[in-house]
Amino acid sequence: MIGRSVERALGILTVIGLVIGLYIAFIYAPADAVQGDVQRLMYLHVPLILVSYLAFFVVFVASILYLWRRRQQHDAIAHSSAEIGVLFTALAIAVGSIWGRPTWGVWWTWDARLTTSAILLLMFLGYLMLRTLVDDPSRGARFCAVLGIIGFLDVPIIHLSVVWWRTLHQPASILRPGPSTVASDMQVALYTNLAAFVLLYGYLLVKRLQVEGARQELFRLQMELLG
Amino acid sequence: MIFTRRVLAIAWKDLIAEWRDRESITAMCFFAFLVLFLFNFALGGDQALIRQASSGLLWLAFAFTGVLGLARSVQSELVNDCLDGLLLYPAEREAIYLGKLLGSFTVILLVELISFPLFAVLYNMNIWSQLPKLLLITAPATLGFAAAGTLMSTMTVGLRAREAMLPFLLFPMTIPLILAAVRGTEVVLRREAFELAMPWLKLMAAFDVLFLVGSVLTFELLVEE
Repeated sequence: MIGRSVERALGILTVIGLVIGLYIAFIYAPADAVQGDVQRLMYLHVPLILVSYLAFFVVFVASILYLWRRRQQHDAIAHSSAEIGVLFTALAIAVGSIWGRPTWGVWWTWDARLTTSAILLLMFLGYLMLRTLVDDPSRGARFCAVLGIIGFLDVPIIHLSVVWWRTLHQPASILRPGPSTVASDMQVALYTNLAAFVLLYGYLLVKRLQVEGARQELFRLQMELLG
Repeated sequence: MIFTRRVLAIAWKDLIAEWRDRESITAMCFFAFLVLFLFNFALGGDQALIRQASSGLLWLAFAFTGVLGLARSVQSELVNDCLDGLLLYPAEREAIYLGKLLGSFTVILLVELISFPLFAVLYNMNIWSQLPKLLLITAPATLGFAAAGTLMSTMTVGLRAREAMLPFLLFPMTIPLILAAVRGTEVVLRREAFELAMPWLKLMAAFDVLFLVGSVLTFELLVEE
């Protein structure tokens, strides 16, 4: 397990990172010339979705490791990372939707990237549901590891298919807003927030793993008491 | 060689069992008919609209009926502990998976073949001259659907909420396949140049390869005790 001091250091770094990120996003970075202050949602939206990709990649790697080595710890990492990934994806879609309403005029559009993100969310919601439904924990771990690997490998194909689906017959009618060349101040704000959210992800993962460890300890003690 | 024989033996067993009671096929055909019938009302009987949406409707009907068949294919092994018996069969686990897959694939494809004339009549489509091209789209789509479905069905078969969980896991994963099949069928039904369907065929091929290889490699993990 990760030591207490490391965890505390990670927590403090996360808070500092998020505060600096907020300052840069709200005060340091200029308002967008076209979209105004609404554009500041980007500093929340983009890190959320990028970190959720990271989380699902961790699920993928941890699942392979679990099937290979059969270590409980790897399964716990996959499970925890999937939960955080689902949370971040859902938040990213919600924030994107709030951003899309004033800039695109709609809450939702069937843009390729949006569609892929929604499918990713659905797939990993299924992953979490499968976990709660399988009674035997080791069996659930195996099933979910298979699902995590295959699901992740399927993502590039899903992405390709929705890109084609949107662009093969008609030209893309709604492109992503914002300038194509991001101003350097904005880039600084984006990267700072991205770093802060990666720290947040790490901290949440550590915390979630501790909960998992405590749960297993409780289970062990219960078994001991019951004989 | 012996591996192929074992795969065929398992598929044969499933198909004979299916032929004896014909329960799956009857239910699936009836369901496909019902879905195609109901879509007519959902779209308000607007013929132009129905024509435009027809390939999507067709594949939605196939996806729903396919799930029905896939759920039954593994579920039927639970009765009288047949699954344990099947696992004792002296063959590699891969052969068991491929056998089950081949059985489901055949049943779903059969239902699709029965549905085509039904579709043609109900939606007033002339599909007969296009049938070979249509099969070229249908076969890889059904193969991938059955490959992913057999794997997911094995995962969900022991669950309390299996009826809900199988589609919930299967549909998001098979979106590329359904999308490609709908687009490919559209190209064929509109009599456009078949080259336009090529990217979708390639997509289906990639999906099929991914799921066949992935499933063969991981199936053993799902049935191990």
